[in-house]
Amino acid sequence: MNAVDLTLTDLALASTLILINGAISLAFGLRLERTLLINTIRMVVQLALIGLILKWIFTQASPVWTIGLACVMISVAGFEVAMRQERRFSMLLTYGLGFGTLLFVGLLTTSFTLGAIIVPDPVYDPRYVLTILGMILGNTMTGVALVMNAMTQTASRERRALEARLAMGQPRFEAMRDVLGQSLRTGLLPILNAMAASGVVALPGMMTGQILAGADPVSATKYQILIMFAIAGATALGVLIAGLGTLYLLTDERHRLRLDRLTAIKSN
Amino acid sequence: MLRIDKLKIPNVPTLSFSIADGTCWSIEGPSGSGKTRILRAIADLEPSSGQIFLNGIERNEIPGFDWRRQVRYVSAEPGWWTPTARQAIPKNCTEAVERLCSRLGLDPELLDRDIDVVSTGERHRLALALALSDDPPVLLLDEPTGNLDAGNTALIEEQIRYLRISDRIIVLVSHDKAQIERLADQRLQLAPDVKKANADAPEPTTLPAPTIEKVGRP
Repeated sequence: MNAVDLTLTDLALASTLILINGAISLAFGLRLERTLLINTIRMVVQLALIGLILKWIFTQASPVWTIGLACVMISVAGFEVAMRQERRFSMLLTYGLGFGTLLFVGLLTTSFTLGAIIVPDPVYDPRYVLTILGMILGNTMTGVALVMNAMTQTASRERRALEARLAMGQPRFEAMRDVLGQSLRTGLLPILNAMAASGVVALPGMMTGQILAGADPVSATKYQILIMFAIAGATALGVLIAGLGTLYLLTDERHRLRLDRLTAIKSN
Repeated sequence: MLRIDKLKIPNVPTLSFSIADGTCWSIEGPSGSGKTRILRAIADLEPSSGQIFLNGIERNEIPGFDWRRQVRYVSAEPGWWTPTARQAIPKNCTEAVERLCSRLGLDPELLDRDIDVVSTGERHRLALALALSDDPPVLLLDEPTGNLDAGNTALIEEQIRYLRISDRIIVLVSHDKAQIERLADQRLQLAPDVKKANADAPEPTTLPAPTIEKVGRP
């Protein structure tokens, strides 16, 4: 049950499909050719590199390298969260909150999934650790970035209402309750929608990969369900932590609204 | 008594003064001189250094929300957070709000109307009714009659006089000189906007001191 191995020629042939993007850009004068070229090269180089790194790590007996790569993944995800913000606290604070949330949630859910459910031998087998952590990080990162952005944007928009509530003597948590609620919704919706659509509209990437690589579809499905649960749990936890964290950064110990801590980021 | 000791707000001269119970102070000065920021700082809605005491208790001795339950700031452009004004009324204050509404010339039915279709002037008076409903000892009123006609202005002024004889402390920011003369016991005059005058010096060292003028009670 081995999949057809792709040759470099096959990949070169596939790359012609990307020319459609280039053609659209040229035809409509979108000036995206440069971005397209750079991003295509980035994608190929990054994926080739991670393939080689994973292959090398899989042959190592020591878990040190696995932990190292996991740390790099979490750091990059934290950076990505910070880059997706329209308003930031200092770069350090925004990055710190994103990174901290992802580190905690990634560690917790990956350990639970591996230690209590899959239990590979050894438990730190990079083949499981890195793939599952990657799936969890990718989705949690989106939720965390969304909830943080929604919090800072909504609070800025609703400044008058929030200040009116604070002036009436409401504690910060009560005054910010609606903003927090709305933002948590924003952060959670993508994963809830993904659960409803998976299997019908789209075959999830991980399942597709497994099936293509020759796994039994039912076994692949079971893994996919497990992963969806893990992702949904991780996203919910991550969204909650990041939402509360942003609430505390947006207010201070005197229960004041501190929008002055935010800087709007110009979009390109 | 509200005692303000060396209150420092950027680009506003350092302020120290005491306001006795049952008196109304006005703060005057050109636009941008920091009148609103002074009120917000007294309500501890924005960071400032220096000490503020209400009846001997410094603001930092109690949580910010407890301070603001006693030192109530009413914005010149009050915000709303519920679909109707009634839903924003604090617990056990419904009766007080309804009573205040009729005193401020508002039909209590307005409380149940969609807040977005209530006129600016009515919204302002609703906010005032809400702010007065739990009877805070200090009221910081930012342009309380800014959007109102003469008749409703008179009603608000009557309410301010009533608060004064009920031993409340009132700090009033108003562009209406005649109103200040009618209401204020003491007038705090801020110097012109120093920041705009010396744009290169963000923190001027020599700020013209504010003048405090005592007015004979009418």
